[in-house]
Amino acid sequence: MHTVRLIACLDIEHGRVVKGVRFADLQDQGDPVELAARYDAQGIDELAFLDVRASDQGRDILRDLVAKVAQVLFIPFAVGGGLRTLDDVRAVLRAGADKVTVGSAAVANPQLVQQIASEFGSQCLVVSLDVKRMGGRYALTSHGGRRDTGLDAVEFARRVADLGAGELLVNDMDADGTRQGFGHDLNRAIVQAVPIPVIASGGAGRPEHFAEAVEQGGVHAVLAASVFHQGDFSIRDVKDCLRSRGIPVRT
Amino acid sequence: MIAVVDYGAGNVASVVRALRHLGGDAQLVRDPDQLRTASHVVFPGQGHFAQAMRQLQASGLLPALRQSLQSGKPFLGICLGLQLLYQASDEAPGVAGLGLLPGQCHRFAPGLPVPHVGWQQLRAPAEPHPCGLESPGQFYYFVHSYYAPALGDAVTALADYGVPFAAAVRQDNLCAVQFHPEKSGQAGLDYLAAWLRLA
Repeated sequence: MHTVRLIACLDIEHGRVVKGVRFADLQDQGDPVELAARYDAQGIDELAFLDVRASDQGRDILRDLVAKVAQVLFIPFAVGGGLRTLDDVRAVLRAGADKVTVGSAAVANPQLVQQIASEFGSQCLVVSLDVKRMGGRYALTSHGGRRDTGLDAVEFARRVADLGAGELLVNDMDADGTRQGFGHDLNRAIVQAVPIPVIASGGAGRPEHFAEAVEQGGVHAVLAASVFHQGDFSIRDVKDCLRSRGIPVRT
Repeated sequence: MIAVVDYGAGNVASVVRALRHLGGDAQLVRDPDQLRTASHVVFPGQGHFAQAMRQLQASGLLPALRQSLQSGKPFLGICLGLQLLYQASDEAPGVAGLGLLPGQCHRFAPGLPVPHVGWQQLRAPAEPHPCGLESPGQFYYFVHSYYAPALGDAVTALADYGVPFAAAVRQDNLCAVQFHPEKSGQAGLDYLAAWLRLA
């Protein structure tokens, strides 16, 4: 039976995990390799690395990090943040990432989506949408939510799915950081618009929120960062909650 | 030496890494002669059915691949590497596959999101079947839009995504899986370790 995927996201800057990681027993709380192994042991289904700084210099460090993680980790992992060209994508995939996540670059140049899909296959391409509610529409933003692109997020989702995106990652910028739950209206609108898997991101505060994202938003995977890093609850807590509500998970 | 056939498909390096992690002497191989001298052959794959067959022909790897399939040495097809063992695929009408297994691969019908991305527990087929290297209770990671038929004498395990499909097959020296053992955590490593023990 198909299971819902749980994804942990690590925000990376200069090869280190940023944003508070509170596992007291980690040797080095900023070490992405150690944290990735920890999540793997806890049963995470997939990992995502997001290079939050995404500088040119940072990209080399990111590539080295991806190579290091790929040596020890045998579950899928996606890498994103500042990937702008086919060459950027190739470098990260060659280093050992299974998928790349592109956001702003897909907004600036939707043809990049098609290029990546035809060169490397749709299965390795996640297009990330940063969405805010503005005047009754789902506004697609870029640059970490600071810029309104003027595009409708649902329309854009359809377009990149047509161009060959394998999955969509929907970042609900209104819900992000609130810990009040995922934005089901937005997720449902996207899920209904596209024929590809949709990942919800932004708003997780309790294990039940993950179940609600599946039940009410209809998403196929759920991503979270800080609630896992800070140990508010564990991967297992979330999976137990999902299973108790009849949602199949990998155990 | 374990030859991992490099015919220009994506993500072949992760298979090499997983096999090396298990102590295997895995090498990416583009040269037909190297393929002939290998003790084990892995045929990985991500990409397009037609493109893969074209690349195999253009690179001269196809005869060596067929030879190693007939030689009796352990052979493992992964993902597209499983689908290419069949006669044909919806993905590439008119393009012949390797034809070692009967039937045609189909695209998942609309209704569920495609590609099928995620982890699944396998189940045994109803009819008597050969013993596979996979463990039915374990979860394995899948990423694919096309699938091989659930029926067939070689099918050792099934998975379901709207329809039942072949998750693993085995026929003589030939093993193939639709899931990615190199990305399926410990269960996947266990599968690869069991395959490496075949001699």
